[in-house]
Amino acid sequence: MIKYLLKRAALTLPTFIALMFVTFTMIRLVPGDPIEVRRGERGISPERLAELRHVMGLDQPVWKQFLDYVWALLHGDFGTSIVSKTPITTEFFTLFPATVELTMCAMLFAVIIAVPAGVIAAAKRGSIYDQSMMGVALVGYSMPLFWWGLMLILLMSNTLHLTPVSGRVDLIKYFYPQVTGFFLIDSVLSGQKGAFLDAVRHLILPTIVLGTIPLGAIARMTRSSMLEVLEEDYVRTARAKGLSVFRVIGFHALRNALIPVVTMIGVQLSFLLAGAVLTETIFSWPGVGNWLIHSIERRDYPALQGGIMLIASLVIVLNFIMDMLYGLINPRIRHGR
Amino acid sequence: MKTRHLFATALLMGTMLVSAAVQAKSLVYCSEGSPENFTPAMNTTGTSLDAARPVYNRLVQFEPGTTTVKPALAESYDVSADGLVITFHLRKGVKFHSGVNGFTPTRDLTAEDVIWSFDRQWKPDHPYAKVSAGAYDYFNDMGMPDLLASIVKGADDLTVIMTLKEPNAPIMANLAMDFATIQSAEYADFLLKKGTPEQFDQMPVGTGSFQFVDYQKDAVIRFKAFDGWAGKPKVDDLVFAITPDATARYAKMKANECQIMIAPNPADLAAMGKDGDIQLLQQAGLNIAYLTMQTQKPPFDKKEVRQAIAMAIDRDSILKEVYQGAGQKAKNPIPPTIWSYDDSTVDYSYDPAKAKEMLTAAGVTSLDTDLWWMPVQRPYNPNAKRMAEMMQADLEKVGIHAKLVSYEWGEYRKRLQAGEHQMGLIGWTGDNGDPDNFLFLLSCKADGTPASQNQSKWCNKQYDADLLKARTLSDQAERTKIYQEMQKIHHDEMPWMNIAHSTVYEPVRKEVSGYKVSPLGAHEFQNVDVTE
Repeated sequence: MIKYLLKRAALTLPTFIALMFVTFTMIRLVPGDPIEVRRGERGISPERLAELRHVMGLDQPVWKQFLDYVWALLHGDFGTSIVSKTPITTEFFTLFPATVELTMCAMLFAVIIAVPAGVIAAAKRGSIYDQSMMGVALVGYSMPLFWWGLMLILLMSNTLHLTPVSGRVDLIKYFYPQVTGFFLIDSVLSGQKGAFLDAVRHLILPTIVLGTIPLGAIARMTRSSMLEVLEEDYVRTARAKGLSVFRVIGFHALRNALIPVVTMIGVQLSFLLAGAVLTETIFSWPGVGNWLIHSIERRDYPALQGGIMLIASLVIVLNFIMDMLYGLINPRIRHGR
Repeated sequence: MKTRHLFATALLMGTMLVSAAVQAKSLVYCSEGSPENFTPAMNTTGTSLDAARPVYNRLVQFEPGTTTVKPALAESYDVSADGLVITFHLRKGVKFHSGVNGFTPTRDLTAEDVIWSFDRQWKPDHPYAKVSAGAYDYFNDMGMPDLLASIVKGADDLTVIMTLKEPNAPIMANLAMDFATIQSAEYADFLLKKGTPEQFDQMPVGTGSFQFVDYQKDAVIRFKAFDGWAGKPKVDDLVFAITPDATARYAKMKANECQIMIAPNPADLAAMGKDGDIQLLQQAGLNIAYLTMQTQKPPFDKKEVRQAIAMAIDRDSILKEVYQGAGQKAKNPIPPTIWSYDDSTVDYSYDPAKAKEMLTAAGVTSLDTDLWWMPVQRPYNPNAKRMAEMMQADLEKVGIHAKLVSYEWGEYRKRLQAGEHQMGLIGWTGDNGDPDNFLFLLSCKADGTPASQNQSKWCNKQYDADLLKARTLSDQAERTKIYQEMQKIHHDEMPWMNIAHSTVYEPVRKEVSGYKVSPLGAHEFQNVDVTE
């Protein structure tokens, strides 16, 4: 097992190095300069531009900038934002809980709906329910999020007045300190009456929007996986033994059908973590996606590099943990068979 | 540190909850982004300046909704006969905010605070000069280092004497700008002793109508009313709800989640105008969109060619299609809302036949050139690409084949500044309502070379001499005569073609009163009230 872990860790290292290089290079390939972009019509004199570029180290050769960046990363220094002059790690970990909270809620929403829907569709294969369910899943999977978010705001917030438009909290009624950064927890800790429900209400629309695509993907995967399992001999045997449909599908078939579904959930979770950008922008959700968008607009190189590296590192670590779990569960994976 | 911060937040929350108990009146403003910090001297973006403005004051300020300079922290000032010495008499008993970041002021505003605020931007050995990687762009851009000779305390603690190296008429308008904000020297010392000077720019302490309470990046900025020298504001709590998307801001306005919003989407204006819950306020923008022509590149070195281009382009159609009526045709390089505007200017009319005639007379029968358009929407130009396409079609009719060119915004401005274009769309939004702040755009240096902001690379000795002379005069009537003369030179020489001055729209809820749209693009809330 230790050998397996070391092998996996060794494979992770080149991924990190490639990531550092790609992040650094891609950002510099985007036209625009972090100083010029902030000057607007006012412009800047060549002398002042040279001075500022020197202060930011942008006058150094690109290879030197890269080496400095790698050296700093090796020392745990993700840099300082050009715009806010705040360490990247401070900014990132202030905003990250909002993204995690939204991502988790979206995944929970997707799984709770998608798995039963997929199972029922498989059990009633070919029925109207099955066909309409899969149609809806396909629409969900291909939904343009920006449009979907705005439609939900118009309907749920502006017409039916059921949910708030955006943000994480009613700014007039509630004000509590960020202890954990997870407002579902902080609202409870605050002891303020109604604060938790308010946090839940603010989560409804972004959760639905962010959860729509994984919902479609997981439902389709659950259905196809279930269909495969339902054809297996042991399921036929269970049926022949006279077990109830609920026991056959719910216990015998679903358990095995869920293995690829769980893998899919892991993959979707990584996508969600990195891909909450649009949802956060529509709903003014103060997470890392929103922050990265603004960093691109402002050409805040350190924020972009640091932010992407931190997100990618988390995804790599998540994958590493998943790989280890597979290794623990299935010895064939561990031994490379 | 974290515990203390939490404790402070809890205390402030307590204060807010107590005020909630007596039915606090709140005003929520939907802003578009997070501030870079809360020190106006270090910022150039409207988003950052708006976020700090509730906290602070300047020696002199603009009357809300106008560009009129009025006394603020200085209740009066005297200017010496030679225009070189300005003596500011500060108000007595001006209090700083108390309780922010554990700071309790022990004294009122004095000359020390004024001197400290300017010295930080001016003197590299100032203890705060390098804090937060201090870059003081406006202070430098407005030429303050070259202009200031000294700032010292006068006969008493409430007198400040500012000495200039040369007379400068626009100085009071410049000092009303945000970079000239007065901050607390005592708070700065307090943080320096604590070893956390960078907090000075993150947790601001000032004398303004609202006291800073809390800031959560990309989410919210909270202020509470402060009963200071200017009196208590009409609302108890001021909240900036950071909402980057314009459509989401409008949705929040409709749901009454915010009462004032910045930068409406132009496509939403018609619906806002019909919405009974929203008042769509408007104000002639202190701006101009223009077409710069690189006068060092033939045939744009001939003024007849430039004049012909002004006649070849149908600006009425541009006003209708690009601005959708929300603007007015520009005939001078300054907007009509600025004093000294020359209304006697007879604008170039759209006359393609005459334009073609003039081009032929100038030896231009067919011309291949470029026409640059900005890749971004600006307050003075809602759609530069469409504008360029319309101009391209008009120019084609007079034998000018213009190739449309664009770059990333920073790159665009940089190349335009370097004069790489032949024709390019750009514009300007005024900083302070002084004509100098527009007319300087076409100035040249003493050695006769164009200044960096002069994209037309056009130099005219009379124009430059007039600009410098007007700065030395304190009499507005005399300055007006000179500026009108400069507008005539511009009209004759046409180094850039004036296009339009846009109208600025700001939607506010029907419950809001007392809000004034600033021609300078500022958002100010001290006189705003909300009916429940």
